[in-house]
Amino acid sequence: MIARLLSAFALAGFSPLLWADALTGDVQRQPLNVSAIAMFVAFVALTLGITYWASKRNTSTSAFYTAGGSITGFQNGLAIAGDYMSAASFLGISALVFTSGYDGLIYSIGFLVGWPIILFLIAERLRNLGKYTFADVASYRLGQTQIRTLSACGSLVVVAFYLIAQMVGAGKLIELLFGLDYHVAVVLVGILMVLYVLFGGMLATTWVQIIKAVLLLSGASFMAIMVLKHVNFDISTLFSEAIKVHPKGEAIMSPGGLVKDPISAFSLGLALMFGTAGLPHILMRFFTVSDAKEARKSVFYATGFIGYFYILTFIIGFGAILLVSTNPDFKDATGALLGGNNMAAVHLANAVGGSVFLGFISAVAFATILAVVSGLTLAGASAVSHDLYASVFRKGRVNDKDEMRVSKITTVALGILAIGLGILFEKQNIAFMVGLAFSIAASCNFPVLLLSMYWKNLTTRGAMIGGWLGLITAVVLMVLGPTIWVQILGHEKAIYPYEYPALFSILIAFAGIWFFSVTDKSKAAAGERALFFPQFVRSQTGLGSSGATAH
Amino acid sequence: MHDLAYKRIEQSPQFKELVAKREKFAWILSAIMLGLYVVFILLIAFQPQLLGARISPDSSVTWGIPMGVGLIVSAFVLTGIYVQRANGEFDRLNQAILDEVKQ
Repeated sequence: MIARLLSAFALAGFSPLLWADALTGDVQRQPLNVSAIAMFVAFVALTLGITYWASKRNTSTSAFYTAGGSITGFQNGLAIAGDYMSAASFLGISALVFTSGYDGLIYSIGFLVGWPIILFLIAERLRNLGKYTFADVASYRLGQTQIRTLSACGSLVVVAFYLIAQMVGAGKLIELLFGLDYHVAVVLVGILMVLYVLFGGMLATTWVQIIKAVLLLSGASFMAIMVLKHVNFDISTLFSEAIKVHPKGEAIMSPGGLVKDPISAFSLGLALMFGTAGLPHILMRFFTVSDAKEARKSVFYATGFIGYFYILTFIIGFGAILLVSTNPDFKDATGALLGGNNMAAVHLANAVGGSVFLGFISAVAFATILAVVSGLTLAGASAVSHDLYASVFRKGRVNDKDEMRVSKITTVALGILAIGLGILFEKQNIAFMVGLAFSIAASCNFPVLLLSMYWKNLTTRGAMIGGWLGLITAVVLMVLGPTIWVQILGHEKAIYPYEYPALFSILIAFAGIWFFSVTDKSKAAAGERALFFPQFVRSQTGLGSSGATAH
Repeated sequence: MHDLAYKRIEQSPQFKELVAKREKFAWILSAIMLGLYVVFILLIAFQPQLLGARISPDSSVTWGIPMGVGLIVSAFVLTGIYVQRANGEFDRLNQAILDEVKQ
């Protein structure tokens, strides 16, 4: 019974096999795609223009980190949705629908249900307490030095793993779609993201994300409409035609089985839900709006756009069954899809819109990667310059100019690092990295952040020990697990038998924070507990929180 | 800087009312969202054939489709309901509390 339930949970979004926010495996290089490159160049020109416009406003730390709080709820909702709709989720989920039908819908629902919870429990308190980074909130009434160091390390580790996965995925995807060399692609992505962040700061990064989100949603809408037009807008015909041509027949219309190991999958499910609420590049978006009102609106719009996007990918997946799987032009001699199943949506673009539209979708996929890595770089730069440099190293005695200089140096350093890691990890199995990034975010950032806002008895000692325990447990279990210990290090048998650590590392983090907080009888701890109520009043009313500065 | 104001707000009955109302509302909506999701998961676990059943003999649409899409729509609707009330009623209450303290 329990095993069945767990596998169902697992299926509801979290099969590790499908956890591929990075494209993996060998790709076949495609011939140079001229219209795709032309459209991509147009996108780059437009976004560089925006960066130039943003650079004139990007003169203070507040502008750099949060666009001066000048983003509206609607714009921010699009940007958050953009962070969530990665190239791999577009291609990956439509490919899952293409191969398994209904399971693809279950999978995407797993991604979505965390968002309302973030709105109800986290968004407004976060906005009311924080200024630039989520560490502002976590360290609000606790020891600045220790908690900021912990949060900054948590952020940087998450950013590093996420960035590697995106860079390697970018290189492979671009090789696949554009026919560009892997190294050229990685260097190009690295340079562009540094330009956006360095000169345009959060304002440019947000607008790049918004433009990409609009392009992706328009492209996907067009494809879904063309698919529906093909069946005369009769959804029943779409499904019955798909059942006729799909090798699994009727089975594509009901839940199937995708899971081999329920605990791993369940563990990843927890990582996904709580990890989203601990990702530094998502959390920092809540500081780009002027107040809690706009922060709430942004989650409302983001949930709407993300939900709409998943419904589109479902239609696109079925459209690919109808229009791609039946067309020998998109298949090789063995009957497999050219470039692999992840190419289902790309081939469908060609089928419904010809080579120009194919170019458009390819360019949008590239733009998507650029936008996501820019957000990650900015989150990493903020952790170094705002948390580590300004607050820990200089103890808050720092002027805007110095802090800006450090953030810009960090941005360039992160760019070089990302290119280096992207090249280093080209041939490595990186599918586990996004899962690991979510696991760490869920086991270190999320427990500390949540309890700092909700639990009066939290103390610095508890947060420190519990947070580090969560972080270290997540990394150690990952290293001892099947992916790294067996597949990469080549040992016979994994010491930790499950794919993902989150189930255990989250428990350890919460237990550690609880135990070392309640046993903390120091004078400092008593002071920290006393500060909870002023913090609580501010988190509820917004009195004293930083508002918009660039109106 | 705001210490005195925080203290006064903390003791104000309107503040207690606002917090109690908003927290209750947020937890109820969270419970609805998670409840719907858990029901969906339980159906997948124990009654997958129910989700795979056709909604009518002459349609190829199965019950799983409206339920899945319904879950996506309900996530959107629930966030909408929360934002509507929080940005209206709760924010007015909040503003009244802040105005009182500023006097």
